[in-house]
Amino acid sequence: MLCDDCHKNEATIHITQISPEGKIEKNLCEECAARYGDFPQPDAKNFTVNDFLKGIFGKPPKAEPAVEPMSGLVCPNCGMTFEDFAHTGKIGCSVCYDTFREQLTPLLKRIHGASVHSGKIPRRTGGVLVDRREVDILKGRLQDAVKAEEYEKAAEYRDQIRALEKKIAASEKARKEADEHVGQ
Amino acid sequence: MSVSDLCRDYHLPWLGADGKSKMGDVALGSRIRLARNFSRLPFPNRANMKELAGVQNRAASVFSDVESAVGQEFDVVGIEGLTPLERDVLVEKQLISRNLVKQPQYRSAYIAADRSSSIMVNEEDHLRIQCMAPGLDLARPYAVASKIDDTIESRLDIAFDEKMGYLTSCPTNLGTGLRATVIVHLPGLVYTRNMQSIINISQQLGLSVRGLYGEGSETVGNIFSISNQMTLGFTEEGLIDNLTSAVTEIVEHERRARNALIMYSKDRIEDAVWRAYGILRYARSLGEGETLELISKVRLGIDSGLLTGPRPETFSELLIASRPSFLKNLAGNENLAGTELSHERAAVVRKVLTDTSN
Repeated sequence: MLCDDCHKNEATIHITQISPEGKIEKNLCEECAARYGDFPQPDAKNFTVNDFLKGIFGKPPKAEPAVEPMSGLVCPNCGMTFEDFAHTGKIGCSVCYDTFREQLTPLLKRIHGASVHSGKIPRRTGGVLVDRREVDILKGRLQDAVKAEEYEKAAEYRDQIRALEKKIAASEKARKEADEHVGQ
Repeated sequence: MSVSDLCRDYHLPWLGADGKSKMGDVALGSRIRLARNFSRLPFPNRANMKELAGVQNRAASVFSDVESAVGQEFDVVGIEGLTPLERDVLVEKQLISRNLVKQPQYRSAYIAADRSSSIMVNEEDHLRIQCMAPGLDLARPYAVASKIDDTIESRLDIAFDEKMGYLTSCPTNLGTGLRATVIVHLPGLVYTRNMQSIINISQQLGLSVRGLYGEGSETVGNIFSISNQMTLGFTEEGLIDNLTSAVTEIVEHERRARNALIMYSKDRIEDAVWRAYGILRYARSLGEGETLELISKVRLGIDSGLLTGPRPETFSELLIASRPSFLKNLAGNENLAGTELSHERAAVVRKVLTDTSN
């Protein structure tokens, strides 16, 4: 939830202001809330993984090619800037991952030791990935079949691979055209 | 079951209920959690009220499908409509997370009739699917969680990237979005002072070990949760296999430690577990930490055959029934003072131990 006053930071404080004009309820970030007076501060011990992430991301080690902080890069979907992420350690929306892909990939390697997903794929939004995985599996089987000199089987696998590759190319082309259509 | 009944009930079938489940003498329960988000909608930390409400509506729109896929009815619980005590009880029962109740507006949870599955809406991610099973059994809850995920995904667009996998609000959950956890009871390793080395080794295997009760490094009750830390670059099955084999190894070490304890000082252990049972059965005032330590000894006694009488499931019932918010909610008084709370706790513990109705 975003702060009701600045509409920029995450709202962490809920206040109820009672004045002669009536009751006003607001959700504010810490900065804006400070303007309304003193509040009991949350327990300082409760730091989260996000605090670490912003620390890690604030200063990338020198060994890695320094990615430009890319000031000015803004997520077209939710309006999150790269500075926002370095500030909160949290991502704004699914489109942010695409917007900040270049900046996030080294971070993912540091957290997980890997940056490529190899688990479950959703059927609807997984795109051509399901077919590509299938091609990889079939290619492995094709090699095994060739090694075992089972050429009939190998030919079968080859045809299946060709068919799948055609399907992948077609759906990628369709997606490209759709993107261009949106761009116009 | 209404929410107020749910908050007064201390049965929790998945938490080591019968002690007969796989490795149930050490592994109390297993949990799978999947983090999922709807594509394009801002994550809860960045969404406004209208968008949060939109997430709730989307979840509601597929829910009858989820119920028929899982073959169970779910209770819909709006967090804002609960009293602060009721929220805390659901957290104590691990049906929802502490994070979900921090900001109750537009937060909700779907809780299965048998309480072995729950889906949190607008926690850190739009959806957090949780499925639990007794003993060491991650495959079955994963199958259920995955089925719920498939059902939701067949109707709504889930945020996914070909390289990065399932997209989550925090990059530490990216990829599979899977957090698998096994809750284990390790009195043998704690009493023989081997716990620190288990924690160190687990970290090297990419697992985190945390005390379930107690604050900071001071744990009480000898109950720990062990979970995977990394989520990207592995298959779900790979992550589950890794955790299962690590927990199997820990279970073996725990059994060896218990056997050693009983071999070297059977009389002392036997006396300690019966004393613990005696105190729980008759005491008029019980502190929170004290109760957890006593419950742990009683369970050790039951599992090693030294203590006969109480049903094995009393253990998990006592764990729930002796939590502070559960007791306050039961007494209908959120301002129960320390001594009154201890008095109430002793009364409820006595009631659970003499309850032979099931």
